[in-house]
Amino acid sequence: MSTFRLAWANLMAYRLSSTLSVILLTLGIGMVSSVMTLSDQLADRFNKDIRGIDMVVGAKGSPLQLILSAVYQIDNPTGNIPLSEIDRLKKHPLVKYSIPLSFGDNYEGFRIVGTDTSYVSLYKAAFAVGRPWSSPLEVVLGASAADELKLLLGDHFHGTHGLAQEGEDHEEHEYVVVGILQPTGTVIDRLILTSTESVWELHRHEEESGHADEDEKQVTALLVKFKNPMGLMQLPRWINETTAMQAALPAIEMNRLYDLLGVGFAVIRAIGIILMIIAALSVFISLLNSLKDRKVELALMRSLGASPLLLFRLILQESLLLCMLGYLFGLIFGRIGMWSVSNLGNDQFHVNLNQMTVSPIEIWLFPITILVGVLASLIPAIGAYRTEISSVLKSDD
Amino acid sequence: MNSFDLSFSYPRGPSFLFPDIDLRAKEVLLILGHSGVGKTTLLHILAGLRKPTSGTVNINGTNLIELSGSKADNFRGKNIGIIHQQSVFIRSINVLQNLLLAQTLVEISADESAALKLLSDLKIGHRASALPKELSVGERQRASIARALITQPKIVLADEPTSALDDENCERVANLLEETVLGSGASLIIVTHDHRLKNRFANRIEL
Repeated sequence: MSTFRLAWANLMAYRLSSTLSVILLTLGIGMVSSVMTLSDQLADRFNKDIRGIDMVVGAKGSPLQLILSAVYQIDNPTGNIPLSEIDRLKKHPLVKYSIPLSFGDNYEGFRIVGTDTSYVSLYKAAFAVGRPWSSPLEVVLGASAADELKLLLGDHFHGTHGLAQEGEDHEEHEYVVVGILQPTGTVIDRLILTSTESVWELHRHEEESGHADEDEKQVTALLVKFKNPMGLMQLPRWINETTAMQAALPAIEMNRLYDLLGVGFAVIRAIGIILMIIAALSVFISLLNSLKDRKVELALMRSLGASPLLLFRLILQESLLLCMLGYLFGLIFGRIGMWSVSNLGNDQFHVNLNQMTVSPIEIWLFPITILVGVLASLIPAIGAYRTEISSVLKSDD
Repeated sequence: MNSFDLSFSYPRGPSFLFPDIDLRAKEVLLILGHSGVGKTTLLHILAGLRKPTSGTVNINGTNLIELSGSKADNFRGKNIGIIHQQSVFIRSINVLQNLLLAQTLVEISADESAALKLLSDLKIGHRASALPKELSVGERQRASIARALITQPKIVLADEPTSALDDENCERVANLLEETVLGSGASLIIVTHDHRLKNRFANRIEL
């Protein structure tokens, strides 16, 4: 009958208050760990997608919308820009490279993006099988897109007009899969890539059938990398002031987004921390209460040969047991929370969070939990240490 | 065991001077006294639960009073079995586990078969897995005796073991105590105000 088993038996004897303490800890730890991990992974994900892009040029509108649509592929585009304008920009001496993007269609919710092959090299995506597209209507699939659409090399499919699944199909055109990329952990994983000409080809037919009447070729956005910091100083102003296009800087727009999201994260984190403090208080109070009840038992243990230190350890163990359980359930709860957010996110935002890695926050929460356990049990444990045997066990003589 | 020149005074309370005690193995000593004469105080001093103002308590050549801290705790746990007036148990664990805990607390490896044998010797073997609160008063007293004996102590101290019992049960418990404690090779000290025991034990001290 070790003190560990005795500690466990004591917790079970006070099942109600023990459960309450564990639930509070579970919620607190779960919220703190999931929200901090989530914001970390989101930031990581967003930073990965932004790499190599200094500026995004697109139609006038909300700059954040432009970034979200062109870089992260999670919002609708602001509109189209004429190819002639872009050609001028491309040749600008301060531009190191630029990548055109054209949206218009999707297949089963996965965006079909018309671009050139430098987009693949931007995200350092290697080919799992096949080759890059070379002629119109040839497509290359990102790893997750290929996986979820269950498409293989050589498969054919029809695109759907628009960015939502519900659009009308382009019955007369059939795409063919010529390559599939390896997973990169970036936005490209969820895309279907083709040549810019493919997109034009498809929509020229619509123009013929009276769908649209622009006769100029267009793209949706242009991703730009500057040659040197002078580009940052001159190009955005030049574009915004002298052309019909707008230039948005992903770094600035994403910082704005973080500020917005950050408030939400901070609130959830604060609630989590408050819950953990309440949990610590709950552990403290339940230990103190059970101790009042068990005064005689502690004196008995002393009379049976237990040292004061052993009683101190017993109470500490009870507290740590509660806290460890809370930590364990908290991690599980946090994972379930992240899993549901990430599933929700997959549908709406194409954000796929890596759930299986143990985040540094979860590791950090462990010593914090232990500290909470020690602090909560300190006063009760000292009380147990000071158990006055003789007067407690005294008969009424 | 013997005690010599024991005295105790409570701060701002009564003071006691106790008669000397000399007890050999397998002997019984009855300490008889009215309320307020310091019976339990003496018992706690003999058990090392309380330090006397002066005097010595020797058990097998060790002066209990001079032992300090955890040494005294360990010595008490190993050599002295105490049967408290109210039968106190750890309520969250069953009778058998209470016995095993008594062993572990003094670093004797838990011996389940010895504990079970002791319980069945005391005719409560079938209650081994019952929680303390499920026991009847009589069963609880027997379990207390079992716990006092599980560490194979040299001395068993019993605090008012019979005062709450009727005549018939008083006699029965006295017999049971004497039989099992002396049978285990220990000596027995009973502290009580119960005068029914006066004629039961020849070796007695009146406070």
